[in-house]
Amino acid sequence: MSGVALPTRRPPRSAALGRVLDPLLVLAVILALWDAAGRWTQGIALATPWETLLYLADLVRTPMFWGHAGATMGAFLLAFALSAVLGLGLGLILGLRRFAGEVAEPILAGFYTIPKVTLYPVVLLLFGLGISAKVAFGVMHGLVPVTLFTLGAVRNLPPVLVRTARVMRLSAGQAMRSVLIPACLPDIVGGLRIGFALSLLGVLIGEMFSSQRGLGFLLVNGLAQHNVRLTTAVVFVIVTGAVLANTLMLRLGRSITHQQ
Amino acid sequence: MPPDRRRLAALLVRVAVLAGAVLLLEAACRAGWIDPLAVIPPSDMVASMLEQLGTEEMHDNIVQTFSTIALAFVLAVGLGTLLGAAIHAVPRLRRALDPLLASYYSVPTFVFYPLLVAMLGLGQAPLVVLGLLSATPAVVISTLAGLDGVSPVLLKVARVQRLSRARTLTAIVLPAAMPRLFSGFKLALSYALIGVIAGEFILSGSGLGYAISFAYQSFDNRAMYGLMLFVLLVAVTANGLLYAYEGRLARRRARS
Repeated sequence: MSGVALPTRRPPRSAALGRVLDPLLVLAVILALWDAAGRWTQGIALATPWETLLYLADLVRTPMFWGHAGATMGAFLLAFALSAVLGLGLGLILGLRRFAGEVAEPILAGFYTIPKVTLYPVVLLLFGLGISAKVAFGVMHGLVPVTLFTLGAVRNLPPVLVRTARVMRLSAGQAMRSVLIPACLPDIVGGLRIGFALSLLGVLIGEMFSSQRGLGFLLVNGLAQHNVRLTTAVVFVIVTGAVLANTLMLRLGRSITHQQ
Repeated sequence: MPPDRRRLAALLVRVAVLAGAVLLLEAACRAGWIDPLAVIPPSDMVASMLEQLGTEEMHDNIVQTFSTIALAFVLAVGLGTLLGAAIHAVPRLRRALDPLLASYYSVPTFVFYPLLVAMLGLGQAPLVVLGLLSATPAVVISTLAGLDGVSPVLLKVARVQRLSRARTLTAIVLPAAMPRLFSGFKLALSYALIGVIAGEFILSGSGLGYAISFAYQSFDNRAMYGLMLFVLLVAVTANGLLYAYEGRLARRRARS
């Protein structure tokens, strides 16, 4: 999906320097573009990076901000935990029962690509306004990728591993602990990464549509009050948080793959 | 069981499961097990959809939404392929951009929408840009993967045959990279569709997404479910067609 593989040949020293410098250069270009866009719209549509940081420094000292950030984090963590546990279980069952997996996979893949936002009113009608609707919507986004990745990993398990487990007369529990889970772990971490990103998206969209709390609400509220700095600062917080979490999970996935 | 029979059996069971779910929902609604204020029977959804499709207002919404999606999709495919080819041609640029590409999809692009509205005003422009922002990276990544996948021996053949650069591109590189490129286009379509409809839904003054959220806010559940069904049917059909075409492309490649 992502993480384009790079050649692992040892680079000459100038290239090693470039490896450190180039991403910094990219970061500088992004900041410059952001700054230019902020100046060009004269602070009506977008705050410049410096203004945003100053505003953010004040914002994080207000309890109001932490109330909203806490509401989003709480809903998101619950949605992600539910997506992960249910997705792993479902993926495991559908991966082991081949026929059920074949029946379910296209349905899940179809659900993955539809614009789920149109279903949000149904979620609101069923769960009512409040945190449970947000969590349910987050799970609707995050559950499917975790399930599909787990299903794929279990199904594509090399048959020789299964046979080895049988030859060694491992019990079902032992086979799962020492064969199935380690073999599937890299793919599962990949699925969790996508589930993480999508359940965050689901929670935020829920907050943007109808909620009085959370970072999604703050975004829309900043727009309604023409508070450009607030909107820019919240976007910055969300994007930075998402990128950091994703980088951590990428590292985790790589270290698992290396251990094997 | 032979694979073909097995695939057919899975298809039949799948259709039966889906049909059963629809029938169950219908029965549950008719019998009053589900609050009629929350969910309406599927047969009513279909009836409402057909009524809605006949109206002038809906016609305008449909044209507007799908022209926005088409514009975002075409721009994303063009821009994404060009960017992908450019990044592929300059290894240093690629190394520098790699962390960005790897983490891009983790960013909920949708949070940029309020900023886009503030910058470009309410209307088609911020929706096109939102669709573009969510769809282009998928095309860039699949273009990179497609170009990486062109086997060096094919390029050597091109050189031995002394093909011009343009001929190499059309006769060798594009056909070899097509399956990967195509899966990027498929993703781009569904991302553009999701982005545009979500944007209309949250904040806009026209389009199908707006019509759904308007119907929800004015407690017109019947209209809301009709419109929802229409949007979902269109999305599933479009994705299903591309999925089937992609499968054919892959099988043809496996044969040759």
